[in-house]
Amino acid sequence: MSSVDRPATAGPGFSALLRVELLLALRRGADIANPLLFFVTVLALLPLGVGPEPELLARMAPGMIWVVALLATMLSQESLFRSDFEDGSLEQLTLSPQPLYFAVLAKVAVHWLVTGLPLALLSPLLALMLNLPAGGYLCLFVSLLLGSGCLSLIGAVGAALTVSLRRAGLLMALIVMPLYVPVLIFGTGAVQAALDGYAYHVQLAVLAALLAAAAALAPLAAAGAIRISTDS
Amino acid sequence: MAWQWFHRLGSPRWFYQNTGAWLPWLALASVLLLVLGAVWGLGFAPQDSKQGNSYRIIYIHVPAAFLALAGYYIMAISGAIGLIWKMKLSYLVMRAAAPIGAVLTFISLLTGAVWGKPTWGTYWVWDARITSMLILLFLYIGVIALSRAFVREQVADKACAVLALVGTVNIPIIYKSVDWWFTLHQPATIKLTESSSIDASMFYPLLTMIIGFYCFYAWTLLLHTRNLVLQREWRTSWAQQALRGEPLAAGK
Amino acid sequence: MSEPATSRHRLSVRDLSCERDGRRLFAGLSFELGAGAALQLEGANGAGKTTLLRTLIGSAADFAGEILWNGEPLSRALPALRESLLYIGHQAGVRRGLTPLENLAWYGAAEDDALWALEQVDLFGFEDSLCQQLSAGQNRRVALARLYLPYAAPLWVLDEPLAALDTAGVAALEARMAAHLDGGGSILLTSHQPLALAQLRRLNLSDHAVAPADAWVGGASVFS
Repeated sequence: MSSVDRPATAGPGFSALLRVELLLALRRGADIANPLLFFVTVLALLPLGVGPEPELLARMAPGMIWVVALLATMLSQESLFRSDFEDGSLEQLTLSPQPLYFAVLAKVAVHWLVTGLPLALLSPLLALMLNLPAGGYLCLFVSLLLGSGCLSLIGAVGAALTVSLRRAGLLMALIVMPLYVPVLIFGTGAVQAALDGYAYHVQLAVLAALLAAAAALAPLAAAGAIRISTDS
Repeated sequence: MAWQWFHRLGSPRWFYQNTGAWLPWLALASVLLLVLGAVWGLGFAPQDSKQGNSYRIIYIHVPAAFLALAGYYIMAISGAIGLIWKMKLSYLVMRAAAPIGAVLTFISLLTGAVWGKPTWGTYWVWDARITSMLILLFLYIGVIALSRAFVREQVADKACAVLALVGTVNIPIIYKSVDWWFTLHQPATIKLTESSSIDASMFYPLLTMIIGFYCFYAWTLLLHTRNLVLQREWRTSWAQQALRGEPLAAGK
Repeated sequence: MSEPATSRHRLSVRDLSCERDGRRLFAGLSFELGAGAALQLEGANGAGKTTLLRTLIGSAADFAGEILWNGEPLSRALPALRESLLYIGHQAGVRRGLTPLENLAWYGAAEDDALWALEQVDLFGFEDSLCQQLSAGQNRRVALARLYLPYAAPLWVLDEPLAALDTAGVAALEARMAAHLDGGGSILLTSHQPLALAQLRRLNLSDHAVAPADAWVGGASVFS
């Protein structure tokens, strides 16, 4: 065993990263439950705020569900890189011969699996409580499925930029919110079109395109931000 | 050889020494052009047939909006130069451009609101352009807030450059999506800047104001950058000399 | 146990000066680190020990002078250097939500090797506890267990490896380092404590400190 075939420092591959991240996420059950509870609680406040009139709720439902899903995603992402930064494993990843891009992508993919996907799955229930007409359910679900992926990717850039700061929550919101605008517009636009009885493929296609662009670019920006943040 | 000027420009001392002479000229040009354009546009340009005198706000609104957007790109490109060529002076240009751009964005929003009252009967309308401008203001605020959050200025420089670049990629997408959103929710109304049908007698004062705003922008950007150079370099011997008001020896 | 391959490698530093936050920390630093050599960096707090380590592994870029890996400048040789690098920083790189065994697996170790390595650092029986339940010293030893894995990289860069270790732990680490050097590896470390290693050379960064009047280089030293 004297030849250096595979140095132990070669670093974990993509599937190993994915597995470890998923394991960590499942061990911290609260990280999965809290965004969902936030989502349900805030949306339950809406009728208390604007009144229980079914037509009004139905009109507000797509926008409110989308905005609250956006907030839930963002708030859950503040800690995306935090513990890895504090224990030094983020620094180890920057030294790995593997591109940092894939490490970020793995983290974002797992974040989406444990927040974006459950949010989308839960959305029909909340749509029911908010009296959303039947025509909008499928579109709401699909738009959230695609859109939450974009939100996770964009949010990762904000999380990486602020990871070395102590109280980063509000700052991250300031940074990331304007970047969320197109996703929100096309997400709610799709649902509105479905409710009005129009075709909504175009909006979903745009969301898918945004997702593809974000998947290509956001991890690059986040990787750059991580290299900057770990040098502090 | 070709890189020599670039490297020189990267030296804060060279920058500080040589840009001082440009300041009075830029100040003079911007004051002259702004006064000329304002008097011409507000006093002598003809009334608009539909909007009357209230259209005259475009002489401030349009140049401010122009530069607000251009300023974001200037900021992002400076940041990119810093990241790619490790030219630290360009980070200072980026840092200086952020508050100036934010103020210009705010001015264009404010003048838009002032114009909205006589035209739409309300100060705020979720018009596509105004909404885009509001988001641009948020983008600026994000960069400024991030730059102030770090203790180490060198880390703040790089982080802001990354954020500005991400914003640059997003701006066209945001503008397109806001446009689309607006046409979805509202039929087209009178736009603040109907660029297609502007008469020459209204256009020339506008052009004067735009050039004047550009000069003013360059002036404030230089002033602010020089200020940041001194703040960053005040412990070096040349900066101490400059701060005491002594003439600097020609140097690198 | 297996020793790392006697790959021929050499880290050369010539007339290096490093900068942090517009201040030059040290200047005129030169040394060579080849196979079988160990170098201990000393110096007062803030002398730039950690900055130097981070510069040498390519994580900090504000330097003037030459850094060569096997004769090639760092900018080109960085991927090659990182392939041969085992770095343990201030933060040990131990993920607190994982067990020691899983942590070593994350660094690419097979289970048998990982168990053996954990036994060497006296963590036998703890391999399946979560690291957040272990003490600071135990967490440190999880990181140090990486040094006992087969195929360990030839160049070790260790920032304060002795921190939070007890006397027995220090002795065991010294023995492991000696074996690594005998096998043709090299070690660059910072420590405030003396180490009992025959091959160890010392370098005090305070001897290369820059006079306060010249230390401030401001914003653009790269081009001045």
